[in-house]
Amino acid sequence: MTVLRARELGKKYRRKWALTDCTLDVPAGHVTGLVGPNGAGKSTLLNLAAGMLSPTSGTIEACGGVPGSGPAQLAKVGFVAQNTPVYPGLTVADHLRLGARLNPSWDDRVAQDRITRIGLDPKQPAGKLSGGQRAQLALTIGIAKRPELLLLDEPVAALDPLARREFLQDLMETVAEHGLSVVMSSHLVADLERVCDHLIVLVDSQVRITGEVEDLLGAHRRLTGPRREIDSLPAGQEVVSVSHTDRQTTVLVRTEEPILDPAWTVSRLTLEDLVLAYLSGPVPTRPALEVLR
Amino acid sequence: MTWLTWRQFRVPAASVLGAVVLICVVLAITRPELVNSTNVTDQKAFYYGSLFAVYLLPAVIGVFWGVPMVTREVETGTHSLVWNQTVTRKSWLANKMGFGAVAAMIAAGLLSAAVNWWASPIDTLAGLDPASQFEARLAPVVFAARGIAPIGYAAFAFVLGVAIGMLLRRTVAAMAVTLVVFAAVQVAFPLLVRPYLLPATEQTVTITADSIAGIRAEPGPTGDMPESLSMTRPAGAWVLTDETVDAKGDTVFPLPAAVHGCLPSPRGGGPSDLGPVQECFARTLTDLGHRQHQVYQPAGRFWPLQWVETAVFLALSALLAWFCFRRIRHLS
Repeated sequence: MTVLRARELGKKYRRKWALTDCTLDVPAGHVTGLVGPNGAGKSTLLNLAAGMLSPTSGTIEACGGVPGSGPAQLAKVGFVAQNTPVYPGLTVADHLRLGARLNPSWDDRVAQDRITRIGLDPKQPAGKLSGGQRAQLALTIGIAKRPELLLLDEPVAALDPLARREFLQDLMETVAEHGLSVVMSSHLVADLERVCDHLIVLVDSQVRITGEVEDLLGAHRRLTGPRREIDSLPAGQEVVSVSHTDRQTTVLVRTEEPILDPAWTVSRLTLEDLVLAYLSGPVPTRPALEVLR
Repeated sequence: MTWLTWRQFRVPAASVLGAVVLICVVLAITRPELVNSTNVTDQKAFYYGSLFAVYLLPAVIGVFWGVPMVTREVETGTHSLVWNQTVTRKSWLANKMGFGAVAAMIAAGLLSAAVNWWASPIDTLAGLDPASQFEARLAPVVFAARGIAPIGYAAFAFVLGVAIGMLLRRTVAAMAVTLVVFAAVQVAFPLLVRPYLLPATEQTVTITADSIAGIRAEPGPTGDMPESLSMTRPAGAWVLTDETVDAKGDTVFPLPAAVHGCLPSPRGGGPSDLGPVQECFARTLTDLGHRQHQVYQPAGRFWPLQWVETAVFLALSALLAWFCFRRIRHLS
């Protein structure tokens, strides 16, 4: 089952395309990480999925419906926007009341439990909360609404490393408890590595790679060997990136097959290596080599 | 949803309604003095103060209630919080705008009722005596601060504020633009639209010495040259046109040379009796076949005009509201 399906999706702001020809499927029951450099279109994609924006071209479906199309659709999708906005003049308790009044599916026990666990004072105005507390409050509203799909746009950007760890830990527990699907964006792979089991890499407003983290890691290899041209790689090995030092050549390949060439030292990748390799852009077709000494 | 609307709206609502109630109390305290006073001209400060308050209230409502209602959400990003609860944007906007518009109309109705009640002795006097120092209720300066028109203006100003806010998306800029646009409407409407809301009464009368209320003269090469006459206006009426016409019905402006001799010699010194002058004008002009043409809204048109003007502004509000509902889909 897919919770998010985009087909040739595009969004144009005045003259600039923020997202072009984006086709993707996000399976249900996963925590999906949306990675990309600043300005790659992550926020645009999430805003389209939440119905905050409407697409310029193509289609997008969230939980099987057009985003933002009606109360039933709004109930299925939760969205915590970038910078986790809350009403500065309203207290923490007011925010929970807001959630309860505006959502028929509101789970007040979950909301109260979370607020107590995080240690938020219900009487405190939201304008006086720290960045981390604000993010927690916004996330609490998103979770207690009990959506099928929760979209989080850079939820941890404003948090210090410790708060970040706690926030993600807490998110994981909630996901496990309620079985909802999450799509969260970040430009920090380290954050996503801890919680995501599905990944979408967005570069220059286009999807570079998407898939389950396990599969992606399993399908990519780093080959290290004496310096050489890489034209001679066997079919089925797709080059993602190449780098050379004076003596060595390091190639990152995508392949389902085992690496048979004994000249290569084969090693597995971390998620961060993999994402960085894709972020660094398309591979030059024929890397220039210096004359060997 | 109503709870959230009220929770966000209660402070601005209390501020404006508090000010309105304060004005009402001041008027209630000062009214006995007005009723008992023999010379109502003492009350000019309160009279014009209350008039100004009724004109100012819709502007305040538009700027401080209408504009921030949507722009502040967009500026602080909270729209993405509230639009992602199980409430569509349209019902969110309908709730907020409905609440605000009703509150605006209540505030304006309350203030208008209090000011009308306070000023009723003056208005009655001004309506009976055309020579009164105060303008009749139908006069452009007073009309929109009497009766039910302020309710229409308040609803219009509020929706105008919301609409301009949604267009500009910046609170401060939208406040300034709303203020300018609303003031322009307040000035332009009595000049350009109100005279045509209902067909005016026309009459062409013979000029008599008693009916001449004033003579306008311009300094010329050979002393003052009389330009035009004004006639006594019907009590409480709003005069749109007051001109001298010849036998064919064409406007005579300036007055013919024949009446130049009617003006007293400037060397005569001192204010002379106007009686002979008016008689001279009346006789000379009537001999030429000239008559006075008047177009006016009689005093009895006050309430019909009030209803029509209020309806016009409510219709404009509805139009702007329709625009807001179309626009909210594209706001992000």
